[in-house]
Amino acid sequence: MVQFSLPQNSKILKGKYYKDKTGSNNLKKVNVYRWSPSSNENPRIDTFEVDLNECGPKVLDVLFKIKNEIDPTLTFRRSCAHGVCGSCAMNVDGVNTLSCIKSHSDIKGELNIYPLPHLKVIKDLVGDLTTLYKQYESVEPWLKAKVGEKTSTEIKQSQEDRAKLDGYYECILCACCSTSCPSYWWNGDKYLGPAVLLQAYRWITDSRDEERKERLKKVADELKLYRCHTIMNCTNSCPKGLNPAKAIGSIKKMLASS
Amino acid sequence: MSNKNNPLSPHLQVYKWHISSLLSISHRIVGIINFILIIFISSILIFLGTDIQIFSKSLIGKFLIVSICWSFSFQILNEIRHLAWDMGYGFDLKISRITGILTIIGSFVLTILFYLIGKNLF
Repeated sequence: MVQFSLPQNSKILKGKYYKDKTGSNNLKKVNVYRWSPSSNENPRIDTFEVDLNECGPKVLDVLFKIKNEIDPTLTFRRSCAHGVCGSCAMNVDGVNTLSCIKSHSDIKGELNIYPLPHLKVIKDLVGDLTTLYKQYESVEPWLKAKVGEKTSTEIKQSQEDRAKLDGYYECILCACCSTSCPSYWWNGDKYLGPAVLLQAYRWITDSRDEERKERLKKVADELKLYRCHTIMNCTNSCPKGLNPAKAIGSIKKMLASS
Repeated sequence: MSNKNNPLSPHLQVYKWHISSLLSISHRIVGIINFILIIFISSILIFLGTDIQIFSKSLIGKFLIVSICWSFSFQILNEIRHLAWDMGYGFDLKISRITGILTIIGSFVLTILFYLIGKNLF
């Protein structure tokens, strides 16, 4: 069901203001979404004054600085800090991205940090991605070969066929694209969303996979696939520069021409 | 994790608009407007027996005609974009941005053309 406004318990309140104590001349105001399951309050926006002279170049560095020096209760996911693991996906300055590869000097004025949009918040910047992972599981993201003689030998792939996976196998499932998609916001329980559909396409187009037809049939659904209206928010937000919209377009084209 | 009391993170409220998303939503809105406007104008002309000449000279008539020229041009141009996507072209981020801008500019150019053709200036 389409609901444009936030539910009552999700309305954002004004939060605390943490004034700078270092007396630095290079301050940035950082607004961070906060919510804790242990309090019964609504989410709020806390503002931190961060000294950029003593801070690394990335948005993740800013978050770490806040956590280490100002408020240790600030919660966010992170792991590799090099744009490989996809843990630190969040909404920075209105666009979903990985905070570990986003430079804070690119953003003029105040820095606004929110969790990935339209998810149940677990704490602060951590959103609940259970549905997305279940949907990912539903496209059966593994190689399927029919049992027979061939299974005892290696299934070979030509260089051209391998090249067809370029731009798709690089996906790290950070969920930036899916949570940027308005269609996924309104129909997230049924529509698979760009991340999962890109993965579906990655297996459909793999020359070694022998269940291409079944895969296509499975995904060909009014809600699962055709809720994509080519809004292109997914491609606009992908921190790895991939093109989920094109992958979905390719699936639609395959279905139309098969 | 299925706690009903957990808040929903902000979406429309914080997400930045891109040309592509802006065009997508306006395509839908303009589609509905086109549908209503065409029915409205046709029924005025048919049921009220209003002469098209008189209608097009009144201020409201002029406004409606110009707006439908624009909304129709916009819809057609954006639909061409969608057709290209359906054939697998134009997904590149740069290209989709350029075609988006062209759609906006083109819709105004077409409006002027339609208007001039309607006035028999060609």
